Amino acid sequence: MNYEDMEFFAPGHRACAGCAAPIIVKWVLKLAGPNTIVVNATGCLEVFSTPYPHSAWRLPWIHVAFENASATASGIEAALKAMGKKEGTNIIVFGGDGGTSDIGIQSLSGMAERGHDVLYVLYDNEAYMNTGIQRSSSTPFGAWTTTSQVGPSKPLGKEEFKKPIADIMAAHKIPYVATANPAFLPDFKAKVQKALSIKGPKFIHTISSCTTGWRHDPSKTIEIMRLATETGIFPLWEIENGDFGHRKITYMPKQRKPVEEYLKPQGRFRHLFSEPEKIKEIQKMVDDWWAQYEHPQ
Amino acid sequence: MKITKGVVISEPGSTALEETGSWRTFRPEIRYEKCIRCMICWNYCPEPAIEKKPGEEYPVANQKLIKMPVPVINYQYCKGCGICVNECPTKAIDFVREEK
Amino acid sequence: MPMMMLKGNESTAYAAKLARVKVVPAYPITPSTVFPEKVSELIANGEMDAEFLPVESEHSALSAAIGAAATGVRTMTATASQGLAFMNEILYIASGMRLPIVMAIGNRALAAPVNIWADQQDTMMVRDSGWIHFYAETNQEALDLTIIAFKVSENENVLLPALMGMDAFVLTHTMEPVNVPEQKDVDAFLGEKEINYPVLDPSKPATFGAFVFPEHYMEFRYSQYIAMEHAKKVIDDAFEQFNKIFGRGYSKVSGFQVEDADILFITMGSMTGTARETVRKLREEGEKVGLVKITVFRPFPKDEIIEITKNAKVIAVVDRNISPGFAGAIFTEVAASFTNVKNRPKIIDFILGLGGRDIRVENYEEIYKRSKKAMRGKFEEVQWIDVDEESVKEVEGSL
Ligand SMILES: Cc1ncc(C[n+]2csc(CCOP(=O)(O)OP(=O)(O)O)c2C)c(N)n1
Ligand code: SF4
Ligand code: SF4
Ligand code: SF4
Ligand SMILES: [Mg+2]
Repeated sequence: MNYEDMEFFAPGHRACAGCAAPIIVKWVLKLAGPNTIVVNATGCLEVFSTPYPHSAWRLPWIHVAFENASATASGIEAALKAMGKKEGTNIIVFGGDGGTSDIGIQSLSGMAERGHDVLYVLYDNEAYMNTGIQRSSSTPFGAWTTTSQVGPSKPLGKEEFKKPIADIMAAHKIPYVATANPAFLPDFKAKVQKALSIKGPKFIHTISSCTTGWRHDPSKTIEIMRLATETGIFPLWEIENGDFGHRKITYMPKQRKPVEEYLKPQGRFRHLFSEPEKIKEIQKMVDDWWAQYEHPQ
Repeated sequence: MKITKGVVISEPGSTALEETGSWRTFRPEIRYEKCIRCMICWNYCPEPAIEKKPGEEYPVANQKLIKMPVPVINYQYCKGCGICVNECPTKAIDFVREEK
Repeated sequence: MPMMMLKGNESTAYAAKLARVKVVPAYPITPSTVFPEKVSELIANGEMDAEFLPVESEHSALSAAIGAAATGVRTMTATASQGLAFMNEILYIASGMRLPIVMAIGNRALAAPVNIWADQQDTMMVRDSGWIHFYAETNQEALDLTIIAFKVSENENVLLPALMGMDAFVLTHTMEPVNVPEQKDVDAFLGEKEINYPVLDPSKPATFGAFVFPEHYMEFRYSQYIAMEHAKKVIDDAFEQFNKIFGRGYSKVSGFQVEDADILFITMGSMTGTARETVRKLREEGEKVGLVKITVFRPFPKDEIIEITKNAKVIAVVDRNISPGFAGAIFTEVAASFTNVKNRPKIIDFILGLGGRDIRVENYEEIYKRSKKAMRGKFEEVQWIDVDEESVKEVEGSL
């Protein structure tokens, strides 16, 4: 059955205008269909989609806490197994970058190691947005947040690198890990579909622009996410069974655009433009990544 | 005001009863005569406030497309983010300031 | 019904099996570790039909239990001390979501300093979490109360999680003869697991764990409060029904030699046995002393305590926990129970047995002696028993 014309995520939710998270969610659910149970970590998505007594979710949905969505999903899977109802039911987790790469990494790692049949979708808006744009381990190098402030003594914003969570998940040797970008919708859909067809733990790292925290015009949400991939900052790839030797790059930009094109429209990087050598550093990081992985052995 | 045991909400999708259209400062308006019915706007509307409707009744850019569905904006929900305006390949969506 | 020699942890594992628990997520911690080991063994031997989840933390154990219970199966876990502390956040969520999860606790001291022995600080720490609290005196009680916990938790007027505490090592690791009920009797007692709450089901989508604004939050807390009030009667009914089927009677509080006693010990858990022995001994010496045992700590059996202690002149509460800055937790509850009672007895808090220090007959004799003195004159409200005050004075100075 094709459920693409159905909406399992209802309008009327309270996401900021132009938020990418609902775009990611609605497409994952369209591809998963009605026989699905959703688990959500605490964060913007959870809050804006369930203002009691209303809910945007037309599928069974549960939120327990910030750091334990993977554990909750493990329990659901075990219960379905015990009832003999697991066959054909998708269990999908949505977690923000904080709920995934930081506070939730333990339960995520545990779920992956135990091999639960769960699809984990990270919507990575690169900061703790729900609490007001604090840095996370997933915030990129050079980004301003309210806890990586920019000033004379700290001209850079965040000084540390983005944690490579998808690589970390691939190192768990789980059957499927991918990065995906809703601006590249066919690739995004293919990856979700592929993940759903595989048994065991799957992890998809999606980029999820946040107009409020990234400080860009809401109409530019898709455009900026597209630039993230076209500049090579957010490459699209997949790794199966932890086989890093066969990291499959699914979108090969003919000519990578300069990183400035991605950084420029975002207020969180504005200060970098008075630190041109930092932009060069970011460009070099991107170039190094591609030099390493462009031609897999 | 209604309380449920354990905070369970058993009317799925009930945010649809809410109205987020009042958030708009700009209003997207589709000019169907320029629309090629590619559904990119529908793909990307985050609410989603764009519905897929049968297209026979709508003006059409090219008669060959008449059988294809059209995007119709539901202003009860459209927050006026402008993503559809920005992504439309034929610039078929105008963005006009809301009169308040 | 077969008699078996069982440790406390094994008793609760057999209770899980007899209750036909379907999902057991658990994480090892002394003195609870034998529970997941035993469950794993029962499943491996084909004696128990359940999914065992060897999760990576207690936080995840309870989170997985919530996931499983919200999907509609009976679920149980076990922990102690640091593990319970780590679960704290999720305890409140389990009760707020009204999920009938049962958890066995090996009551153990909290760090620092690290100590793995008997102490009730851990469960007193989660007093306000909205869980029903049972406490076992023996391994037989541990098994029975665990089964009863399911009955109470799953009652549609309650739907609250329940914990069952048993003291570290004294019960968890000590073999005692336990009458293990027949499966058919437990089935009759618990009935078919009937899902009387909404569950995660794709054919009936519902939202669990929504975001609630000030206009509704308080009603949810109030309904939780009411559910706990309902639990009072539901527990009594469950005890009665249990007695009918199994011939073992329980009550929220039970008295021993209370009728004419001037002085009453109030105890909870394994310390009760020694208290009973002391009462017998003192009675032989002609002393008017008795004992009240608390089996249910939440909902707190306030009325029962007032009633059963009505003839006493002094209540000597025995607390195996301490809230620095005030007193032990049981004292706080007992004293508060009498707030609006005229002619209340003197109530004294005796702190002892922390971190697994043996609670001996001599300790109770000392408590009795001090209580008797208090009957006639002034007394200190909080008194520490069997503690080396001198060595503490050396480091902390005197008061
Ligand atoms: C244990 C705990 N610590 C902190 C918080 C506060 N908190 C709620 S959401 C959030 C940030 C969420 O960030 P992320 O996972 O990236 O999701 P986002 O809101 O950005 O979508 C924080 C810090 C919490 N709810 N629970
Ligand atoms: S703050 Fe960012 S992530 Fe949160 S709803 Fe707004 S746009 Fe979306
Ligand atoms: S994106 Fe533009 S052309 Fe395509 S369907 Fe929407 S309005 Fe029509
Ligand atoms: S402006 Fe935004 S909310 Fe409104 S229809 Fe277009 S994409 Fe949807
Ligand atoms: Mg985030």
